[in-house]
Amino acid sequence: MFSPAQLQGLIEIVCDAVASHADELTALDQAIGDGDHGFNMARGFAAVRGEAATLAQKPPGEALKAAGMLLVMKVGGASGPLYGTLFMALGRELPPAPSRAGVARAFGLAIDAVKARGKSDTGQKTMLDVLAPVHAALLAGEPLAALADTADTAAQATIPVEATRGRASFLGPRSIGHMDPGSRSCAVIIRAACAVLGSAGT
Amino acid sequence: MNARSVGIVIVSHSPKVAEGAADMARQMVGDGFPLAFTGGDPDGRLGTDVAKIIAAIDAAWSEAGVAILCDLGGAQTNSEMAIELLDEARRGKVVVCRAPIVEGAVMAAVEAAGGSTLAQVIATAEELYPP
Repeated sequence: MFSPAQLQGLIEIVCDAVASHADELTALDQAIGDGDHGFNMARGFAAVRGEAATLAQKPPGEALKAAGMLLVMKVGGASGPLYGTLFMALGRELPPAPSRAGVARAFGLAIDAVKARGKSDTGQKTMLDVLAPVHAALLAGEPLAALADTADTAAQATIPVEATRGRASFLGPRSIGHMDPGSRSCAVIIRAACAVLGSAGT
Repeated sequence: MNARSVGIVIVSHSPKVAEGAADMARQMVGDGFPLAFTGGDPDGRLGTDVAKIIAAIDAAWSEAGVAILCDLGGAQTNSEMAIELLDEARRGKVVVCRAPIVEGAVMAAVEAAGGSTLAQVIATAEELYPP
């Protein structure tokens, strides 16, 4: 089980990872979207980081729900409700003493909530294209360090896909050849979280 | 005075588009009509803000319901998120219309001002995007 100090460390490292990749996310979004993904994610996760000490006093599920609500209120683009829904649903479904199977189950339900929020599914060049393979790897017992690579590979795999959901879908075939910014931000968050969770021995 | 008509909320990424669409609707239905608009992210850049959408729903609130007209993806997703965050009594009375923002706002406001139900207001706005 996580101590408040470990939880605070996890929150801060994930938020810092988003901040340090903001320019990269913006550049990806400028290629096939409205160019605000990095800025919006940085604003949302800065709000979460500002509350890290308070959030860390809560049980992990409650902390995830509260972080999700901060993202909903602060991100300012579609990624706000999408990431907010992911974290709120994960927090809601997380068992009190999370086992790997319990986390995998909660993660699957959180992905379903994101699908409903975005009226989307895998294969449309969205964050779901990273979340779904990571969930499958989690179920298959893949080690945490490998999960981060699975996420990176999945984000790379969005490059040849034509977007059929989100702003990039307006570009049709011109969206081919670019990585989906939402898939990239998912991979960044998953790598940061896995690094902390792996070192915590959970 | 009759019961308050269905309210209209306009949600655009752009504060200028939101205000302009509201001006055009207001020109048809006058100052007493429950209409509110919002645009811009929490920093005032292009985008939308769930807290401001909730405030706009409050401002245009009517027991007869509220119809939301919005522009692109994030405005719709954030509007749906805002509806979910309303208390249970209100949640079922607010609907995002699948309609173009400017024409939809004008058509919905005119329909609402005539005393129509929420379902009629939505149907009128959505006729602009035939299925």
